[in-house]
Amino acid sequence: MPPLLQMSAISKRFPGVVALEDVHLQVDPAEIVGLIGENGAGKSTLMKILGGVIQPDSGAIELDGEKVVIESPRAASGRGIEFIHQELSVLDNLDVAANIFLRREPTKGGWLRLIDNARLYREADALLKRLGLNITSRTPLAKLSLAQQQLVEIARAISAGARIVIMDEPTSSLTLSEVRRLIEIVRDLKASGVSVVYISHRLHEVEEICDRAVVLRDGRNAGELPREEINHDRMVRMMVGRDLKDLFKSGRETKTDAQAADWFSVRGFRTARYPQEAVSISLARGEVLGVAGLVGAGRTELAQTIFGIDPAIAGEVSLDGKRITIKGPIDSIAHGIYLIPEDRRTCGLIVDMNIRENISLPKLNRFATSGLIQFGKEKAAAKQACQSINVKAPSIEMKAANLSGGNQQKVVLAKWLTLSPKVLIFDEPTRGIDVGAKAEIYALIRELSNQGVSLIVISSEMEEVLGISDRIAIMHEGRITGVLEREQFSEEAVMAFATGSNRPAHMEVV
Amino acid sequence: MKKELGIFLLLVLLCVIVSVINPNFLLAINLQNLARQIGMFGIFSIGLGLVIITGGIELSVGSMMALLGVLMSMMLTEWHVGVVLAVLLCIAIAMSLTLIHGLLITRLNMQPFIVTLCGLLFYRGLARFITKDETKGFGTSAGLDFLRFLANGNLFGIPMPFVLLILIALVTWVLLHRSVYGRYLFATGRNSEAARYAGINTRSTITIAYVIAGALTAVSGIMFAFYTNSVSPANHGNAYELYGIAAAVLGGCSLRGGEGSVIGIIIGAALLQVLRNLVNLLGIPSSLDFAVMGAVILIGVMADQILSERRNRRRRATAQDA
Repeated sequence: MPPLLQMSAISKRFPGVVALEDVHLQVDPAEIVGLIGENGAGKSTLMKILGGVIQPDSGAIELDGEKVVIESPRAASGRGIEFIHQELSVLDNLDVAANIFLRREPTKGGWLRLIDNARLYREADALLKRLGLNITSRTPLAKLSLAQQQLVEIARAISAGARIVIMDEPTSSLTLSEVRRLIEIVRDLKASGVSVVYISHRLHEVEEICDRAVVLRDGRNAGELPREEINHDRMVRMMVGRDLKDLFKSGRETKTDAQAADWFSVRGFRTARYPQEAVSISLARGEVLGVAGLVGAGRTELAQTIFGIDPAIAGEVSLDGKRITIKGPIDSIAHGIYLIPEDRRTCGLIVDMNIRENISLPKLNRFATSGLIQFGKEKAAAKQACQSINVKAPSIEMKAANLSGGNQQKVVLAKWLTLSPKVLIFDEPTRGIDVGAKAEIYALIRELSNQGVSLIVISSEMEEVLGISDRIAIMHEGRITGVLEREQFSEEAVMAFATGSNRPAHMEVV
Repeated sequence: MKKELGIFLLLVLLCVIVSVINPNFLLAINLQNLARQIGMFGIFSIGLGLVIITGGIELSVGSMMALLGVLMSMMLTEWHVGVVLAVLLCIAIAMSLTLIHGLLITRLNMQPFIVTLCGLLFYRGLARFITKDETKGFGTSAGLDFLRFLANGNLFGIPMPFVLLILIALVTWVLLHRSVYGRYLFATGRNSEAARYAGINTRSTITIAYVIAGALTAVSGIMFAFYTNSVSPANHGNAYELYGIAAAVLGGCSLRGGEGSVIGIIIGAALLQVLRNLVNLLGIPSSLDFAVMGAVILIGVMADQILSERRNRRRRATAQDA
């Protein structure tokens, strides 16, 4: 029996860049293939070719042993190839059923093509049931969580008669329990004969569900691992071509400066999202406080409230023994408290502006005399900031949009480093960043901490939060359910607090 | 810069075509008249451009000019207000009205289109009401020579409104392209969320753009009033906001915000006036005036869109993270 899909000798060049060079990918019926590699390795390009979004320069695609040309996403769909994008592509002004059957609505009334609502909702409900999604298909999409919206996309793929489902980072915004559910669904798909191409940076997921892992590096095949040989270390080695066991090289300086334990503190803080919960945290100078918890636990809201995006309803903040008032980002920035937001592209950067303009943006007045920008000063500062943290770009005049995720994150960081931070809040510092850049970000966090900057690091990645924190605060439904000291760190302890399963009666955090 | 160059070439091309078909285009008197129109339309177009860069819109320009025009006339000929005071009051009123627009938009999160559309209706109605729908003018009243000179006079053969446009353009160019405020304006227009995260006071940045637009509208408005020398409250300045919006868009401002330049806006404003002139000189029925303008703007913006789309596609392909 021929393989379901055979992509052979695929090459694709973009002006100045070779994105793919002689790449092969085979998918058998009912197989889950993990496609992994660093950002820029060519995974997305390869999948865009399979999904009909772009055309290869050379190479062949065979489905069921028959040569095909996939000229558009619509053609891909017609051949049973469905793409579930990293960024959700559902319409939140429609209800669930309308989303599932978009472009394939059951109709009645002949040429009038009226939508057959009875059938639409009946079939949509049946699909939701099959996916174990406990909602009616009349629910407006906007009311669903991210995870549920993603399941709606999967329902859409199934109802379109998918034979191959491409999932691009499907778990990047899901909570742990939602990830479990997704993994079950992927297995169900396999059981019903559907093949899945699973792209993920989360290697333990690949380890858990994939029948085979195909590794790309710099636009070429870097090797592949059969089921029994898939393990974390081998995958990482293939992806980066070197070992990375020193990802969390500690290099930590001991800080037991008791007087400084309260250097930055937030007390009785009530956020707009969870007004009934009072949150308190405190950090020593140079301490890294990890904040763990499930998505929706209120961590991002806490960060945004401290930074002043949504001012606090109640509570006080003090820094270096002085009480400070934060009514908006202007105030927090004035005090040296900076936020590196979760969503770089919409909050962290103005992607249509260049690196220089992004770096100098906060307090631009420091590079100006009587309101006019001194371009020489501005350039020098931006250049120096980029060099100091190794932003890889041909010039500081390059648009931020054209940088890789890791370099974008470094630009956001460079922006604040030019303003000597006292407290730095990271919200998911390494989301969507490849392994190499991750290591650099961790090293920077360490270095800043050694320089006496206090850091709050919100992270959903267990490895990360355990690896870089001096202390971990865990949130659940808007409140801090536990704080772990370094010697108490364990995945189980974090999970227990995060799920609220063994919340102690009163855990005051000081 | 590419956008400005394209529209500039279009402007030159049109001028060449018109002057070949009808050499009268190049007569000093015609060019002078053209420059005068460009000056008066250009000044408020710059203001509108600033507002468009915030991602907003200002539709009340024409009505506001009618209101300011009749107030100017009433102040000077009926209420005997001093010339300087009348001018200052006029500018202050325009700035206060657009300040209100800005505050409604930034504090109450109302949509700019709606707020300024209501302004368009309200100021027109107000102008007609306070004049009892009578045309107001300045006749031959004494003491207004300087204002008449501003609108109708020349400096070394160059019409005053054009001189004023150049001065205002220089100042706004520095403001927009060299100052902290300008950078904040572009940042806010492109992505107000990220601008807020960078500690920019996006509300006041946007509000200031509206206030500047108000001031420039008043300057243009005063010149228009003295240029026509009579202000009919029902028609004066009708649809002028559309000239401003068209000039800004032709000149490279995106209605999505965050894009545009002073030079582009001025070239855009000039192009519109050349088009009006062309309709006259080529003997095209003046009823077709708007149709010609609409067609040329559409073709210009379409060509630009097609070209930039092609450019973007190529660039995106290059930058694709592969």
